[in-house]
Amino acid sequence: MSEETANAISEVVDTLYRTDSRRILATLIRLLGDFDLAEEALHNAFTAALQQWPRDGLPANPRAWLVSAGRFRAIDGLRRRARFDASLTELTRQLDTGPDPAAIDQPEVEDDRLRLIFVCCHPALPPDAQVALTLREVCGLTTEEIAHAFLTFAPTVAQRIVRAKAKIRDAHIPYEVPSRADLPSRLDTVLHVIYLVFNEGYSASSGASVTRHDLSQEAIRLARLLIELFPQPEPEAEGLLALMLLHESRRAARTSAAGELVLLADQDRSLWNREQITEGAALVKRALSSRGYGPYALQAAIAALHAEAPTSSATDWAEIAALYDVLMRADPSPVVELNRAVAVAMRDGPQPGLDLIDEILARGDLQNYHFVYSARADLCRQLGRTDEARAAYERALSLARQEPEQRFLRQRLAELHG
Amino acid sequence: MKYLCLVYVEEKNLEALPSAEFAALDAESLAYDDEIRKSGQLLAAHALQPVQAATTLRVRRGKLSTTDGPFAETKEQLGGFVLIEAKDLNDAIRIASGLPSARLGSIEVRPVRDLQQHEPWAGRK
Repeated sequence: MSEETANAISEVVDTLYRTDSRRILATLIRLLGDFDLAEEALHNAFTAALQQWPRDGLPANPRAWLVSAGRFRAIDGLRRRARFDASLTELTRQLDTGPDPAAIDQPEVEDDRLRLIFVCCHPALPPDAQVALTLREVCGLTTEEIAHAFLTFAPTVAQRIVRAKAKIRDAHIPYEVPSRADLPSRLDTVLHVIYLVFNEGYSASSGASVTRHDLSQEAIRLARLLIELFPQPEPEAEGLLALMLLHESRRAARTSAAGELVLLADQDRSLWNREQITEGAALVKRALSSRGYGPYALQAAIAALHAEAPTSSATDWAEIAALYDVLMRADPSPVVELNRAVAVAMRDGPQPGLDLIDEILARGDLQNYHFVYSARADLCRQLGRTDEARAAYERALSLARQEPEQRFLRQRLAELHG
Repeated sequence: MKYLCLVYVEEKNLEALPSAEFAALDAESLAYDDEIRKSGQLLAAHALQPVQAATTLRVRRGKLSTTDGPFAETKEQLGGFVLIEAKDLNDAIRIASGLPSARLGSIEVRPVRDLQQHEPWAGRK
């Protein structure tokens, strides 16, 4: 075989790794019943492909070949180890009599990816482990990449993943898509994990830069995968995808060239991504017209109203406030209440909005949430209550952890003095 | 696969229950035990007397010491246990979530380690 063909084949293997390695891993986890064994098998299968394909030519079904090769090598390895460790004998025997991967049908393989998502997002795992495991196993990010994205250390992430895998094994968390009866609550956890990933990318909780683009992209990809894999439409999954697309559409307008934060009202709307807005708005419409929509679809509907408004003043604040009323009934929380208060202020003027914010604070909620103080400061400023505005901006500044937010608040304070 | 479902409740919540409701809870718990016994998944189930009846003991250097009360002072106390046979954790969660006391307190679901099968303790590396 010529060097040229060999190069072409190694390119094919590279592409296959990028496009299909997570799919193959998901199937290997089902066949081998163990994450670590499956990862090792995946690695060995691709190594074997690089050695054999240039010699024997490309197999008819490369993906099935890789699954078979991975499984075969894992069982072979276990058999060798079983000579020294009797406890592996039974496992080897079970795997040997398992289903023939050559006979794997397509729907079953697609289900493997869904199974993998539900295992990684199992509510018996701690939330930070759900996020780390999903990014590692479903998205294929390295522990270093995950650590970097969450501003933590790779060994910390690695340990989270090791512990999660140990719990999956020791508590016997099954590799399955939840039953119809359990699906709503289990889907909630999955959507929550995806949204956590998105938010970390969209509004990083700390650090020098406001957004970490890659994580948002990863979250959007995950939501698309989830929707694609589900046999029937799931309005909340569609709602979440819509919500993320609509937020994401504003990315280019959210920060100035100098890296400063730009508020929604001041953003250059021509920078908004029309394609994402159109797709998001269509998804919202679909989700809201089906039964079983919830908080994500409602939040997406609000985001769509913002996205479709030509200017801040031309925004349909009455409709937004009304949607917040529905959201308060569907999923009440102090943060939703705060957002509703801001919408009411836009609809009815600063005083009614301020009253609602003060109600939240008087109850003792959101005491350490910097947005509540910056919103209060803004309304006080509009009402000419400068001293109160200053105190609230200062409180917000003491609580904000992101540098661009801190600069923004300092700027507002300076304008107040002037 | 065996799972032990440990039922934790705040004893003062139990004390506060009117006696008719307490009796109803007992009856409902017995009925649920019967239900999972019929499917062959109940191995053992018992409610416990309150912690005021508890004694904690330790043996250190061959010497027995006993103290009054539960092992740890916590808000919720162990109120009972149910040992079940389940296919996997999801199956165990399904069964445990049907326990009437899950509405009152919380249930800790723990996989059982089989000593006779020399199953390793997962905490050891």
